[in-house]
Amino acid sequence: MMNRKICIGITGLNAIDSPGPGVSVIRCLREAKEIDFRIIGLAYETLEPGIYMHDLVDKSYQIPYPSAGTEQIYKRLCFIQEREKMDLIIPNFDAELWNLIRLEPRLKSMGIHLFLPDRNQIDKISKVNLFEFATSNRIKTPQSKKINTLDELDEYAKEIEYPVVIKGKYYEAFITYNKDQLIYYHNKLNAKWGLPVIIQEFVNGNEIVIAGLGDGNGNTYGAIPLRKLYITDKGKGWAGVVIEDEEYINIARKFNESLHWKGGFEIELKRTNEDELYLLEINPRFPAWIYTAAAAGQNMPLMMVRMALGDNISPFNGYETGKMFVRYSWDHITDISEFQQISTLGEL
Amino acid sequence: MAIKLKKNIALSESGFIFDPSTGDSFSVNGTGLKILEFLKTGYDETFITEKLCEIMDADKKLIREDLDDFINHLKHLKMIVYDES
Repeated sequence: MMNRKICIGITGLNAIDSPGPGVSVIRCLREAKEIDFRIIGLAYETLEPGIYMHDLVDKSYQIPYPSAGTEQIYKRLCFIQEREKMDLIIPNFDAELWNLIRLEPRLKSMGIHLFLPDRNQIDKISKVNLFEFATSNRIKTPQSKKINTLDELDEYAKEIEYPVVIKGKYYEAFITYNKDQLIYYHNKLNAKWGLPVIIQEFVNGNEIVIAGLGDGNGNTYGAIPLRKLYITDKGKGWAGVVIEDEEYINIARKFNESLHWKGGFEIELKRTNEDELYLLEINPRFPAWIYTAAAAGQNMPLMMVRMALGDNISPFNGYETGKMFVRYSWDHITDISEFQQISTLGEL
Repeated sequence: MAIKLKKNIALSESGFIFDPSTGDSFSVNGTGLKILEFLKTGYDETFITEKLCEIMDADKKLIREDLDDFINHLKHLKMIVYDES
């Protein structure tokens, strides 16, 4: 029997020290035995490593940054769609979701499916609104505040006491121990992601993350908790192990029941030495370690593709604990001609 | 109240211990592994002390003190549960 053929556009192909989830998501899809995937890489920068990984990505196109606006992105996707006939796009960056949600009806008329939550849901769990979300759902979370001015910055940090965590609107977080460091990172985050920044109480403990998948009707189709074993100075997990604890699965279920989340997500928690659990962040996409979840028995990106294309499927039931990932960097060899092609033609 | 090693703790022959609920892992020596195996089976501290006395040429009181220290450490690591049956 012939395998089904599906063409998917995937973003987040950067695999740097703060890696995007794109390459991991593709690895999950490549595990499918009954589907032949054609993977279209949608990259912002010409040096995103995924572009050059031809065993994973069939063809790559450069696309405009989200800040270029919805119409620019639409025009580029129309161009790509004429040639590729994509069935689905899986975005892997928080910042690109707004434009795609806005474009959803137009993309659908072109044959491109999305499997995303709505704007209101994303807004509720965004870094700037998380404190309100956690409080209204009776989940413990570190005290935090959106900060728009330099004056408020140190004042609030003193109120909740140093060290404090300063976070960018979309990405990046730094632990700061004094006013000088706080101002330095404030300026850095402001220049990169804009205001507000978020100041958050620092909570010490073990970092637990849960990758999950919701169907949009309040049901959890997959949930895998993982303990970060090694964390880089950028706060990124460089090694982790899949763990078992019904409490974490219930958190994912509760999240889906409360928000009717549609698509992949990651819940970041911290378990303190006093055994208290704090919600740190919820990311509206799969994490960069999602391939570990597939290795543990829940290939959520593949399941999401099937859901998006209307297949009748059942939720995952159980997984294997003790599966680990250890991330590494790798000098992927390519040729200047490939770099030249993506740089000049915007495709490879 | 009787104590027991948490049910899901994985013990390997090499002395590598993995707690799947927390992701913590440890290494213990042969004696530590023996104690963990006894605890997993459900033996109490008195029985384990007797068994260790048979294996080792050491004072019973000293063995019991060391065993209590070890068990306290396991409690601190949340690897022990209290068996109410």
